[in-house]
Amino acid sequence: MIEFLRRFFAAPAPSANTAKERLRFVLMTDHLALGPEIVEAMKRDLVDVISRHVEVDREKIEVTFERQDRAVALLANIPILSVHRPNPPPAPPVRPRRKRAKRRPASAAPAEPAAAT
Amino acid sequence: MHVLSQTGDAPTTETQRRATTGETTKLGRAIVVTSGKGGVGKTTTTANLGTALAQRGARVALIDADIGLRNLDIVLGLENRVHYHLLDVLEESATLDDALVPDKHSEGLFLLAAAQAREKDEVDTDKMRALVASLRERFDYVIIDSPAGIEKGFKNAVAGAHEAIVVCTPEVSAVRDVDRVVGLLGNRFRPQLVINRVRPQMVKKGAMMSVEDVEAFLRLPLLGVIADEPQIIVTANRGEPIALRHEGQTANAYHAIAARVAGEDVPAPRVEFKKATLFERIFRGAKA
Repeated sequence: MIEFLRRFFAAPAPSANTAKERLRFVLMTDHLALGPEIVEAMKRDLVDVISRHVEVDREKIEVTFERQDRAVALLANIPILSVHRPNPPPAPPVRPRRKRAKRRPASAAPAEPAAAT
Repeated sequence: MHVLSQTGDAPTTETQRRATTGETTKLGRAIVVTSGKGGVGKTTTTANLGTALAQRGARVALIDADIGLRNLDIVLGLENRVHYHLLDVLEESATLDDALVPDKHSEGLFLLAAAQAREKDEVDTDKMRALVASLRERFDYVIIDSPAGIEKGFKNAVAGAHEAIVVCTPEVSAVRDVDRVVGLLGNRFRPQLVINRVRPQMVKKGAMMSVEDVEAFLRLPLLGVIADEPQIIVTANRGEPIALRHEGQTANAYHAIAARVAGEDVPAPRVEFKKATLFERIFRGAKA
């Protein structure tokens, strides 16, 4: 009977370790003290860079911080809607390399233009 | 009222007073007891520290700064003797002498109760600072029981204090909040740590963070550790702080904390794991 009770009340796993791990992460992020405006600015810059290559859903971007091993990682979840002008494929297959090389920077440029030239 | 006419920093007041009167009496120490999180034992710590200091012969004023949620009077068993409160004094509708309730158990211990039917925002921070300054002239210790949170109530509680005691339990949320509060307090208050509600059995099983774990996270000087002792609830039920006793782990721990606050070189009380015998369990249960 006593043995049964003892087994019944025994803790399944040391939750103190879980507490410590969570606390370590929470304090780390607290101490990072990145203001929401900084996170927003980071988000904007990230999206600007990525948008040069792919079209992303600006409304659904999530930027979070997560503990990974002993460091804090920035995790950005950026849904891609489509790939921007799949570069040269539609262009005639056989072309001098020089021209293709010139085209790339144009298509990579900001939002819409490029095609105009 | 002279209480309210005082402003400015206390050391200046002290210097001025010494200069004008030639007196050398020391001003009392103003200590705020705070935590960020609610329910970790700020009020219990305040009541017991105040009791233990008074039992050592010190003159102690306790201020309940938790406006709207008055509790310190209950823990001390003084609820029937409170006629005026902190806001009455700040608003000059009562004098300090009218409002200070002498403790029934400990000579030299006084309570300035919180207003129950008012709000924290009604307290004027400058007036609060002046009140604490004037109490420091009459008492060896002014201990301010801060409300939970980090808003205006906390700021008012901290306003007149020069030292801080932070109360923490071995929980993730409590440690995080203390960490935040200590950040807000800055170096000026030289915060010292009381770790409350420790259950040695659980620590041993790995089901609760240990005192060392909490210390490692917070890196604050440890004032003492208090066990999660059922008798605390019994004493609160009766309105008789456990520090009125002179035996038992928890009472001893509060007396050691008081000695350390008073500057005595005694080790910080810690809790030991000791297996209660069946007899002890029955016996302890019967006393409740």
